[in-house]
Amino acid sequence: MREQKTGAGGQGPGASTGLVQIQGQIQGKTEPAGLKYWRSLNELAHTEQFQKWVENEFPTSHTELLDGNSRRTVLKVMAASFGLAGLAACHRPEVILAPTARGREDYSPGAPYQYTSVMTLNGHSMGLLVETYDGRPTKIEGNALHPGSLGAATALTQGSLLNLYDPDRSKEVLENGKASSWEKFAAAAKTLLSGDGSGVRFLSETVMSPTLADLRAQVLKKFPKAGWVEYESISRANEASGAFLAFGQDIDVHPQYDKAKVIVSLDYDFLGNDYPGPLAGKLFSAGRRVESEEDLDKLNRMYVVESQFSLTGANADHRLRMRGGDVKQFATDLLAALSAAPSGNDKRAKFLAAAAKDLKAAGAAALVVAGPRQPAIVHALAHAMNQTLGSAGATVTFTKSPQALTKTDPLTLLTTEMNMGQVSTLVILGGNPVYTAAADLQFAAAMAKVANTIYLGADPDETAADAKWNLPEAHYLETWGDARTATGVPAIQQPMIEPLFGGKSAIEVMALLLDTKDKKGYDLVKSYWLEQMPAKSNKEMTWRQALNDGLLKDAKAAEAVKPTADIKKISAAAAAEPPAAGSGIEVGFVASASTWDGRFINNAWMQEAPEPMTKLVWGNAALISPATAREKNLSEGDIVTLSKGNVKMEAAVMIQPGHADNSVTIALGYGRTRAGRVGKDVGFNAGLIRTSDGFWYGSDFAIASTGKTFELVTTQERGLAEHLNDRPLFREASVSEYKAKPKVIEEMSEVPEIHSIYPEWTWDKGHQWGMAIDLGTCTGCNACVVACQAENNIPSVGKDQVRRGREMHWIRMDRYYVGPEDDPRAVEQPLPCMQCENAPCENVCPVAATSHSPEGLNDMAYNRCVGTRYCANNCPFKVRHFNFLNWHKNDPEIMQMVQNPDVTVRMRGIMEKCTYCVQRIQEARITAKTNGRKDIQEGDVVTACQQTCPASAIVFGDINDPNSKVSKLKKQERNYAMLAELGIKPRTTYLARLRNPNPELEA
Amino acid sequence: MSSIVQQDPQLLEQNPPLVKGGVDYHDLSEKICSVVEPEVGQTPMKYWIVLAITASITLLLGAMLTYLVATGIGVWGNNKPVGWAWDITNFVFWIGIGHAGTLISAILFLFRQKWRTSINRSAEAMTLFAVMCAGIFPLFHTGRPWRAFYWLFPIPNTDINMWQNFRSPLIWDVFAVSTYFTVSLLFWFTGLVPDLATLRDRATTTIRQWVYGLLSLGWRGSARHWRHYEAAYLILAGISTPLVLSVHSVVSFDFATSVIPGWHTTIFPPYFVAGAIFSGFACVMTLLLIARWSLNLQDLITIKHLENMNKIILVTGSIVGYAYACEFFIAWYSGNIYERFTFLNRAFGPYWWAAWSMYTCNVFIPQLYWIKKMRTNLWVMFIISITTNIGMWFERFVIIATSLTRDFLPTSWGYFHPTWVDMCTFLGTIGLFLTLFLLFARFLPMIAISEVKHVRSYEKHAFKPGPLGAPAGKVH
Repeated sequence: MREQKTGAGGQGPGASTGLVQIQGQIQGKTEPAGLKYWRSLNELAHTEQFQKWVENEFPTSHTELLDGNSRRTVLKVMAASFGLAGLAACHRPEVILAPTARGREDYSPGAPYQYTSVMTLNGHSMGLLVETYDGRPTKIEGNALHPGSLGAATALTQGSLLNLYDPDRSKEVLENGKASSWEKFAAAAKTLLSGDGSGVRFLSETVMSPTLADLRAQVLKKFPKAGWVEYESISRANEASGAFLAFGQDIDVHPQYDKAKVIVSLDYDFLGNDYPGPLAGKLFSAGRRVESEEDLDKLNRMYVVESQFSLTGANADHRLRMRGGDVKQFATDLLAALSAAPSGNDKRAKFLAAAAKDLKAAGAAALVVAGPRQPAIVHALAHAMNQTLGSAGATVTFTKSPQALTKTDPLTLLTTEMNMGQVSTLVILGGNPVYTAAADLQFAAAMAKVANTIYLGADPDETAADAKWNLPEAHYLETWGDARTATGVPAIQQPMIEPLFGGKSAIEVMALLLDTKDKKGYDLVKSYWLEQMPAKSNKEMTWRQALNDGLLKDAKAAEAVKPTADIKKISAAAAAEPPAAGSGIEVGFVASASTWDGRFINNAWMQEAPEPMTKLVWGNAALISPATAREKNLSEGDIVTLSKGNVKMEAAVMIQPGHADNSVTIALGYGRTRAGRVGKDVGFNAGLIRTSDGFWYGSDFAIASTGKTFELVTTQERGLAEHLNDRPLFREASVSEYKAKPKVIEEMSEVPEIHSIYPEWTWDKGHQWGMAIDLGTCTGCNACVVACQAENNIPSVGKDQVRRGREMHWIRMDRYYVGPEDDPRAVEQPLPCMQCENAPCENVCPVAATSHSPEGLNDMAYNRCVGTRYCANNCPFKVRHFNFLNWHKNDPEIMQMVQNPDVTVRMRGIMEKCTYCVQRIQEARITAKTNGRKDIQEGDVVTACQQTCPASAIVFGDINDPNSKVSKLKKQERNYAMLAELGIKPRTTYLARLRNPNPELEA
Repeated sequence: MSSIVQQDPQLLEQNPPLVKGGVDYHDLSEKICSVVEPEVGQTPMKYWIVLAITASITLLLGAMLTYLVATGIGVWGNNKPVGWAWDITNFVFWIGIGHAGTLISAILFLFRQKWRTSINRSAEAMTLFAVMCAGIFPLFHTGRPWRAFYWLFPIPNTDINMWQNFRSPLIWDVFAVSTYFTVSLLFWFTGLVPDLATLRDRATTTIRQWVYGLLSLGWRGSARHWRHYEAAYLILAGISTPLVLSVHSVVSFDFATSVIPGWHTTIFPPYFVAGAIFSGFACVMTLLLIARWSLNLQDLITIKHLENMNKIILVTGSIVGYAYACEFFIAWYSGNIYERFTFLNRAFGPYWWAAWSMYTCNVFIPQLYWIKKMRTNLWVMFIISITTNIGMWFERFVIIATSLTRDFLPTSWGYFHPTWVDMCTFLGTIGLFLTLFLLFARFLPMIAISEVKHVRSYEKHAFKPGPLGAPAGKVH
């Protein structure tokens, strides 16, 4: 083809040489006999040479490549190169390392050790088990023996670990801002505390420590004119005064949620922000657990009235939204309804009637609880109701308070004294009152009038800035201490590490102030408790046992009492209360799920743990209902001014479905002006408008848009209710539906059979790990999120990166709203990696960095990952998290101490995700072998999320063992695998939530 | 020359000649080579200015990639639901553009479409440069390209002793794209050899003689050389042809084999190939129109060439439009709630503007080419060639990013915002592409001299009305 083509470069020598050759051939020929006819010069020159040339210049269609031998050679070479490519097995030289010649008995370097301790917050004590590696605490878990934890720990408790390693803590003793020392302070204290102590005032948080209480008694005895005030911003004073109002004595109240069949919560978010411990969740979830057929009839039912949509509201079977100030009237009406059926036909009346009827039917198994943000009278009304129902003593128990509880606002009096110049020395033991005190008290100004202010604080905060003496407070994991539990059993607070920055505890400072001697916390606490022990007992043994157990089991608990409430008096008092405030905007203040009262503001774990309901991170917002937003013409992110009289603040608005109308809820503990690198200028300071008369709910505020906007950062997009309705992701059914048709859950989606040309892998050998998450008991408290973060060295990425959608939590808490925007229900769903058996992430990874283990784990080989992110794209659950940047780049050195040495810290460019705590599985395997057992047994492996879950909603185990708990749970009819219709076979399955609505209200 | 002028005017109307203006073989060589030989035609100042601009943009690309490698993927806007965004969008976009070259060279060659000769060289060059630009993204989108480079290729490694995961479409990509690049390069270079020899023979300086001499591989234009050349060219055309279909099919597998609604669809391979040819032709059109105007190549790149290309743009654009419609139909017909939502979300969700830009540019605007006036109007075709590539870029963005932003779990939904680094990186690849193209135009013959001469000779000697009114010239 195309022979006629003329090449521009066709001046090659071939043609001319040929001609010369031909001429040469002709000339050189010897003439044969006879005539020789020739047709062309070519034929004439038909020589071997010529033929060769012709063949060369005009080759026939013969090609070497098609030659059989050549083709084989090619294949051979290819095969050989593939073979050579596989010969990549070069081993590194083996080196034998000599072990240490002598070691400490019972101590292995690098091995984790757990010690008991206790943390106090908000007058609650939470027993802990703290994991330490070579003397550095790395993870906090609940102490199963402690009655306030029962093995669980909340998000805040676990997050408090990071405060230990906070590089911005107070690091030295300061006098007027200049470096000083404990010795100098001790010398100064001698003159500050002398004589009868007149003009000396102590301001502390709720004293939970018997040792500190003892020291307080000694100090007040030595300095009789001195005064001691307890104040907490998130106070439980209403609870105490409510009990006093009802019973006429100082009583501690202990709701037994597990024993209740019908619970009415009067604005008490005991599963969320009103209660920092795990106990309430533990007890409440017991009443929602379904493990057998019979349990279906035992489910509790909860009614909640509240203003903001809280976690407790989300867990309620029926929720009525109302302003915080209206709860009192509701409580009054509910008490009345217990004796006379109420009338009315609106939603509130129906709710009231149904709740009252249900409560009466439950009788002794009913429980009415009131929230600490509600005034004393509501608590008293709740006590009256429990007494009327006969449940007092059954579902709620009482003990005598070990001390007279603070019932009134104590800080007002102290501030007045300070302003009048009656206070010369003020010793503040923690609590940052300059920031947390009510705005109208102007505590900072009052403090300026005190000559000597001594502040023992963990952080260089607002109070520290104004104090003369600044003492670094040791973290509770650094010093000895103690705390009594709710029922009065003392627990010992053991330190895990020497004070990192030379801080001291309140106990040590008090001892120093008492007799100017620097005593060790250990001696103070131990000597106090040895004194309390019976003289003839083996005190040392008891002490050691107490350290082992975390509490002194045999110590005298608080005396259980059965007080009687004067119902008539309570009703009269309720009637005498002024009616609910007018039509203006009400502002409710609530503890922050992340910073509590501001003390965890510099804690990146807590900042990044999404607020359970709003999913807000790194900040707070003024929550308003959709109707209020419409009425005030506000949209999300608008900055508004909330003002009343001479207090005002600016905050960004967030629209929360289900919030009460004409009401604003704003979390405390943000907008700190003096905080560390993490917490500075995060959020809006609600303390600016929190006054003594509207400490929890301030009425008649004005709300006005400023025209400015602010970007609120959440981990979830909003307005999703309509999309869940047709997506069977979160599944729930009422008990009656489920009883009538157990298949109702399974039938919510159609799972096609998998037809593969390959036989399906059977997964029937050895251990097969699996997980079941009970959506019925999960309260959505975030404890698992923080536990996972601590266990797996998950980085915090900061507000800006969360805004860009790069948060790293391996287990996240998904929240969906169901129903109308104004008054929806809400559900929470924890979402770790589903460990799909047919994992879509695995086959797409080009370098096989994520592969299945024979035990069914979807493993990640971090050092193999090249970072294509294909796996994350192909994950239907989006539970894979990519290190977009080096999140640890700016970590101060001290922060490295918190890392779990069993888990790799991931570099940038690497994908990471939940691996069912594979390090714990391996550790259990090693332990089992070391202990001479053949294999791991049920219960040996507990994942971090499972361990800490207050609701025990997460169950992990071997699904190949039919007797394991997880296998049994997965056999329930309500067990379902999310998105199973994709053929991915998730190992993590959910147990559908069973709601227990009142049929009268449902219709 | 005169023979053409004497052709039947009616026939000329139907089959205008591919080489106009009465150029003979010498004129051809002169015209094409003059661009490459500054002593004949001095390189104009505007060339250097434009090159300076594009080279600066290329430097920007280098700066962006350095910043990326030093800092991490976080400098881009990619996030949790949107693991791939502009990076893979740009990758598919450039790979798509790279399709026209091979298509013009190989498939049109095999179908004996003579009109390809004026445009195939630059189209092939464009392919190579586009694939180079494309290759940057998968390599750098990992943030640590040294790892990706080392582990994505089956290089024996001593540290982990592992093969790649051959089930992963990304590995198929690596092979498909690298094969495509290699074959395209060989194909391009093979076609260049006779022309390089021409340049060598015309060279007046030692350096040029050396360089072109080396590159022309001792080409002497002997019959033997031509014979081997023709065979090699044919074989390479044969190898390239399935590659045109395979590369973009394999690229589409990245999405089609996944489980994500909007990705998981069997229509992707043909749909992607059509889209790739569509965008590739548009890009060739843009470049040719500029070259034709700036280098006065009206005689060689005639309206007929351009019109033929526009016809292909119309066809492929309509195929793409059909694919869009088909996706919507299947989303509805499947009854799959996730699939349905994805397509509703695509058209009416937060990214509606991207989707409608794509429908408009890819489906509606090319319909103008049904009108002959439109497909022969230089301005119209220039604008449409630009809008087509805008549309095709949006197509990839819509498929990749918007499908990822909202998949199964509403709680994991997100949104993608590009950063300035995203934008500068993409701009930088355009700079690299243009720089390479400018250098190519300056140092290598933009038009295949030998092939055009062939067409010229064919038109000159054999252009007689055949029995069916078609050229009766024999090919063999």
